Amino acid sequence: MYANKRLVDPAAWLLALLFPTLLILADAHAAAEIERGINEYADTSQSHLKSPDDPPAVVRVSSSTADHAEFKELQGPFGSGPEVTKACLGCHNEAGHQFMKGIHWTWEYQHPVTGQTLGKKHLVNNFCTNARGNEGMCAQCHAGYGWKDDSFDFSDQGNIDCLVCHDATGSYYRTPNSQGNAACSVMFEGKQPIDWAKVAQSVALPDRSNCGTCHFYGGGGDGVKHGDMDSSLKHPDKALDVHMDAQGLNFSCTECHQGEGHQWSGSRYNMDAKDSEGTGKPGQRRQVATCESCHGDTPHPGNNLKAVKLNGHTDRVACQTCHIPTFARGGVATKTDWDWRTAGKLKDGEGFKLKEYTQGNGEHRATYKSIKGDFKYGENLKPSYAWFDGVMNYTTIDTKFDPQAGPVKINSFNGAYDDPASRIWPFKQMHTTQPYDKGNNTLVYMHLWGDDPDSFWGNYDFGRAIKVGMERNGKPYSGEHGFIDTVSYWPITHMVAPKEQALACAECHAKEGRLSELNGFYMPGRDGFGWLDILGYMAVIGALLVALGHGMVRIVMCKKRVTEHCKDGE
Amino acid sequence: MAKREKHAVTIYTRYERFWHWTQALLIFLLAFTGFGLHGTHHLLPFSKAVMLHTFAAIALILLWIFTTFWNFTTGNWRQFLPNTKGLFAVIRYYAWGILFGEDHPHKKTLRRKQNALQGLAYLTFMVLIGPALWLTGIIYLLYDLWNEIPGAANGLFVVAFLHTAAAFLMVTFVIIHIYMTTTGKTPLHYIKTMISGVERVELTEVERAYLAEEHPERLKE
Repeated sequence: MYANKRLVDPAAWLLALLFPTLLILADAHAAAEIERGINEYADTSQSHLKSPDDPPAVVRVSSSTADHAEFKELQGPFGSGPEVTKACLGCHNEAGHQFMKGIHWTWEYQHPVTGQTLGKKHLVNNFCTNARGNEGMCAQCHAGYGWKDDSFDFSDQGNIDCLVCHDATGSYYRTPNSQGNAACSVMFEGKQPIDWAKVAQSVALPDRSNCGTCHFYGGGGDGVKHGDMDSSLKHPDKALDVHMDAQGLNFSCTECHQGEGHQWSGSRYNMDAKDSEGTGKPGQRRQVATCESCHGDTPHPGNNLKAVKLNGHTDRVACQTCHIPTFARGGVATKTDWDWRTAGKLKDGEGFKLKEYTQGNGEHRATYKSIKGDFKYGENLKPSYAWFDGVMNYTTIDTKFDPQAGPVKINSFNGAYDDPASRIWPFKQMHTTQPYDKGNNTLVYMHLWGDDPDSFWGNYDFGRAIKVGMERNGKPYSGEHGFIDTVSYWPITHMVAPKEQALACAECHAKEGRLSELNGFYMPGRDGFGWLDILGYMAVIGALLVALGHGMVRIVMCKKRVTEHCKDGE
Repeated sequence: MAKREKHAVTIYTRYERFWHWTQALLIFLLAFTGFGLHGTHHLLPFSKAVMLHTFAAIALILLWIFTTFWNFTTGNWRQFLPNTKGLFAVIRYYAWGILFGEDHPHKKTLRRKQNALQGLAYLTFMVLIGPALWLTGIIYLLYDLWNEIPGAANGLFVVAFLHTAAAFLMVTFVIIHIYMTTTGKTPLHYIKTMISGVERVELTEVERAYLAEEHPERLKE
């Protein structure tokens, strides 16, 4: 029932409200139009906005046993998010303790295999590079109130933002936790005030628009980061995603990302690349996001050779490899290349952006931004493929690398054909040229966001932004920066296509197929046998030539009447 | 030596002809689909080729099981015993004599329908090329039963390598075999014989009497 109460998706409102002027501009301007200002979100999609002719979603989950609108604790008045949180925790008195253990709160993850400390609190990526030190902006996607610097209290459950995940009105939104440079303020003006009591009374289990508020916009815009997650998944059709199909199964994210106690399965830091447990019986494990946890490890039905053959692949090939033929299929583009070196160009002393890419749904995407540099986009992209054992290793801020050794892998992983724990997985590769510490050969934290003279998004001075970013976070900096090529790998797992669109055999079982770059093992149709093939073809051709030559001589001899074999009829 | 006379006799029984032509069809199908899977041509979608190849292989293996049984119960297996007697004469005939109208050095009899070279070739086919194909083929087909053994991927390479090597030999054999069918009295003579089963061979009087008594239908004149 909660789904019916929703008229407009929250993120839609968030975006529409955050950037009204630029949303209008995006439509009105031609593709190559130059826009002034350094607005971040003008390129985010509007495709998720609900329209009156949208068919109603199929309600799969029975409604709650409680109507929050009737609780006297939620009648308000509330003047802020934390006040609502206090009311929530008044009844849900374990929710805060549960939630504060999770990565949505800590932004920190201790990898059980590698021992690395990961999470947005620490990592350097190859998009906007670092949330660390830029929480005033980036922590808009932290599920808490007010994280703008080190003073944020992670032990205070009163700071939890319940609503960003549980709002069902679509009218809830968040703004940056601190002021950015003056040029950025235009992004956040002109918003409707939030009706706190109404929002508090309308809470529900999260659906795609709740999770999508952040997860669709990772990397600084719609679909930028993952390629298989963007606003097109708000109302996908079956062709885009069989599970989230708005008129079909209409899965929410948590249908697969099963969780208990505010902990969810399926983090890409430590993936279950090969789930050999399959489906569980009642009472057995549930907190797992693998395909196998529902479909089992022999998912192709039928007692026939085709099913047997296909099921024979599941131990070595991830489901996603065949069932997600391409990603970024929903009309929203994903970034594939990013060059920070060109950031900082100005027009009349002002930052600007160029929108020279028009994506499938007709929206224009920025190909240059003064605050970020040049970008390339892609849609309907074929993934790259690799053996993957599920364990991600990161180049962290502390990792020293050899700048001559080719692109720095922001994340890398193990896996091989002879490693039983790994399977062939699809990935999006993101290629970036980004700043690094030329003296120490490490990645760097940049001070991007802030209403101060050191922030890059305002002064466009790499040297200063890096120096301050490193200093404030206690990291050594040689004082000299350069630019280095980096690559990051994003496992592709959403946008599962209908089975009719699954890859045909010859997409991989072919000489120049999708798996042509995986080495070391024999694959029918892809691999020949070198000298054996040469010998074999020579033998066959030789036999033909001998037969032909011998036959010709026989014909000639017969024509000369030496023999009489050429005449048929006995 | 007993007195011999040429008679038109059914030398290839109905089962033998059924075996031959079914085998021919299946081998053609297997080679066509198999080399499609190998990447030699792209005339069939991979999935179709896998299906056809597998079912044709199962059918051929069944046929061979029956035929092995048949060969041993009928005593026909003796036809394939290696015999080097006259081998050189046959090689010399195909390389040289046939071009000048010499007679074939081998005289077909009921006891020895094949010449020495032919027998050797068929023996190679039946005990080397054929088994190499079906043995490796079955192991290949059942990969999913042994793929968890360490080194299985390398094992698959060896199996596929041997399977492919035997397949090349098979195709080479078939080409020569088909060409050799044109070397009869007329280009189509042997083909006709393999269809009708009837050939003029020299019979001893005893053989003729035996056939007249036991298998009159095999004696055509």
